[in-house]
Amino acid sequence: MSFQKQTLPNGLTIIGETSPSARSVALGFFVRTGSRDETPEVSGVTHFLEHMVFKGTPRRTALDVNRDFDRIGANYNAFTSEENTVFYAAVLPEYLPQAVDIIADILRPSLREDDFEMEKNVIIEEIGMYEDQPTWSAYDNAKKLYFADHNIGNSILGTADSIRALKRDQMYDYFERRYVAPNVTVAAAGNYEWSRLIELVQAKCGGWNRGHVGRYGLQETRGSGKFEVMTKAKVTQEHVYLIAPAPSANSPLRHAADTLAMIVGDDSGSRLYWSLVDPGLADSADMSFHEYEGAGAFYTSFSSEPGQAEENLTIIHDVLSSVQREGVTEAELQQAKSKIGSRVVRGSERPMGRMQALGMAWTYLGQYRSVDDELKAFDAVTLDSIREVLDRYPLDRVTTLALGPLETLPPPGADDEE
Amino acid sequence: MAQDVYHHTYANGLTLLAERMEHVRSAALNFLVPAGCVYDPPKQLGVASVLSDMITRGAGERDSRELSLALDSLGLDRDETVGSMHMRFWGATLSRNLPAALEIYADILRKPHLPEDELPAVKALSIQDILGLEDEPRQKVLIELRKLHYPPPLGNDRRGTPETIEALHGKDVRAHYKKLFQPKDTILSVAGNVEWAPLKDLVGQLFGDWQGSGAPPLDIGKSKPQTAHMEKETTQTQIGIAYPSVPIGHADYYSALGAVNVLSGGMSARLFTEVREKRGLCYAVWASYQTFKDRASVICYAGTTNERAQETFDVTLGELKRLQEGIEQEEVERVQAGLKSSLIMQEESTSARAGSLASDWYYLGRVRTFDEIQSAINGLTPRGIADHVRRVPPRDFSIVTLGPKALQLPV
Repeated sequence: MSFQKQTLPNGLTIIGETSPSARSVALGFFVRTGSRDETPEVSGVTHFLEHMVFKGTPRRTALDVNRDFDRIGANYNAFTSEENTVFYAAVLPEYLPQAVDIIADILRPSLREDDFEMEKNVIIEEIGMYEDQPTWSAYDNAKKLYFADHNIGNSILGTADSIRALKRDQMYDYFERRYVAPNVTVAAAGNYEWSRLIELVQAKCGGWNRGHVGRYGLQETRGSGKFEVMTKAKVTQEHVYLIAPAPSANSPLRHAADTLAMIVGDDSGSRLYWSLVDPGLADSADMSFHEYEGAGAFYTSFSSEPGQAEENLTIIHDVLSSVQREGVTEAELQQAKSKIGSRVVRGSERPMGRMQALGMAWTYLGQYRSVDDELKAFDAVTLDSIREVLDRYPLDRVTTLALGPLETLPPPGADDEE
Repeated sequence: MAQDVYHHTYANGLTLLAERMEHVRSAALNFLVPAGCVYDPPKQLGVASVLSDMITRGAGERDSRELSLALDSLGLDRDETVGSMHMRFWGATLSRNLPAALEIYADILRKPHLPEDELPAVKALSIQDILGLEDEPRQKVLIELRKLHYPPPLGNDRRGTPETIEALHGKDVRAHYKKLFQPKDTILSVAGNVEWAPLKDLVGQLFGDWQGSGAPPLDIGKSKPQTAHMEKETTQTQIGIAYPSVPIGHADYYSALGAVNVLSGGMSARLFTEVREKRGLCYAVWASYQTFKDRASVICYAGTTNERAQETFDVTLGELKRLQEGIEQEEVERVQAGLKSSLIMQEESTSARAGSLASDWYYLGRVRTFDEIQSAINGLTPRGIADHVRRVPPRDFSIVTLGPKALQLPV
């Protein structure tokens, strides 16, 4: 494995790790822009723009884009998060030039008016699809409730109304400001030749505009602390989310936070597993660490029969406060490290997984992180560093949202809260 | 492409398959035990699912927590799933931990405790699994489609029903285990950084003296097309369509696969282009191929806002039928590129390879080589696919919809 990096004169950065034994090469264009960078009047524009990128350029119609990708057998897609829009493809090594050509081309989209109006329908369908999934609705609403005073709470999809109201020129304006060369990182992993990649990207992206891109509101938050019940009579199970503060993606405590989340809420052998799933009280219960730029959060969730939700909530509170008070054990820490080590190694074996990890590390930290760097960082987690996470980011300081048939749900231990 | 693939069938009928992948540090293991939900007795539907949860709650010398801890300490990610024909045990970890993991699996498969006092919790989970489906309309429509399209027990949903789960006793679960867990026709496949000779010896030591005579024969009737609508107040209407195809091993198999990929093999394939790209009717629309030993189907799905559901259905069904009007060279070339690239990229994933080894062995009694599959893909032609579609045209549709209003279906 060898790592390389180069920044083009216009500010676009290219990073890559080559691995000659791989059968494919994965390529990702990471645009550092997401829903947290939107103003309320363009809610959903980042994600909608991600769709519009596939709708063609002066050189390609929408159908050409899809055909050109399919002609080279590319495994390709894109996603939009709170702070990144990522376009990626894995291809056989001989198709690298075509893959660079297509992605670089579509990242300067025409945003044609008729495509724009047609694609609104697809976005509204996507919003409808998620509305019918209570687990997702509970997550999205809980995030909004926790980050009530923070731009991470912005909706990624927007609403059917905000999408209908959006104008093509508003999107173009957003594109012009956010998709400038210094705001894009190209990451590659797998079987390819570094100098050839640089030539290809230079030829296709060297002419992209420069520009300065800001991001506002990078402060940490401890969440609104609210407790809300959203009654949905048609939903069968009760879906509950509890969100607590956590270190950010740039924090040196992030490996300890990730390890803590695994101990408390992995899907096997964790505290929540033994307290809720093993005894059959909830069909799922887990906790995961979400890291963002400048802020982070622990998302704890369960779904269960509505009649069981109150007791489950009390159990979760007991688990979280006992971890907060007493921390975790050395045995739990070692067990978590074994699991994480294996996941890090396996996640890096395919170019697609490796490329994503490289791109994210560069986007957030401006650093190259080898697989061994990550393994060492997890190995260095101690009970003390987990204690430090808990002291600085109290796990029992939660914002709670329940979505399901229940009309009320009493907050647990209401009288002993501060 | 050079492949290092090995197989051995032990005297008791257990088959071990392995592929050595030198460029990785991990290994994946995959057990297929012929104990899928088709073997659930009609009054005990869901018993295989209950068994799959009970079976890891203590085995050999370890109780439930010790077992979980032992597997976690090996860094093993795992799951136990119930399919139609098999109960599948999948695990992946660093290859150096594979032998220790196999020793634990020998306990799970051969010496599970199936503790009676854990049965109420497992039943509660199984019932919640059924209830939770009401909150997953996409999954729900595909499960109902399957029940309708295939005759029982092939169309069985692994979850069973709340009534059959309620009625289960510990002795039923133990009897089911005893009847179906045995080495004959059980397949263990391993892919990753492994050495064949020690692996073969270890599996021989762990499973060589396992005894049993094999799963009972199945009697599965003929499929016949049916339709149904499930009324539910949802934002979107869910549409599921199934029709017969030819199974893997059939002379037309690759052409059938080609035809499905013309419909849904990439974003430029027909369904995505016509339903989503040109008309903006939905976010998700796809078709996939599903095979059993003796029959196969094409399963299509679309989810769309209620007002546009009829048009989505009509356009989707129209595309299925339009296959018979011919296929273009360009389309076949794209299908070939997609299939070949997935075939090659599969070589980067230990889990994908372990899965393929086992399924090839089950369906075909051998492991297809990379070159064999590649040359079959190269052999696809517009003419060949079109001839197949004429021989086995999309028709006899089973259709299930879920949403506030039923759709107009063709007579």
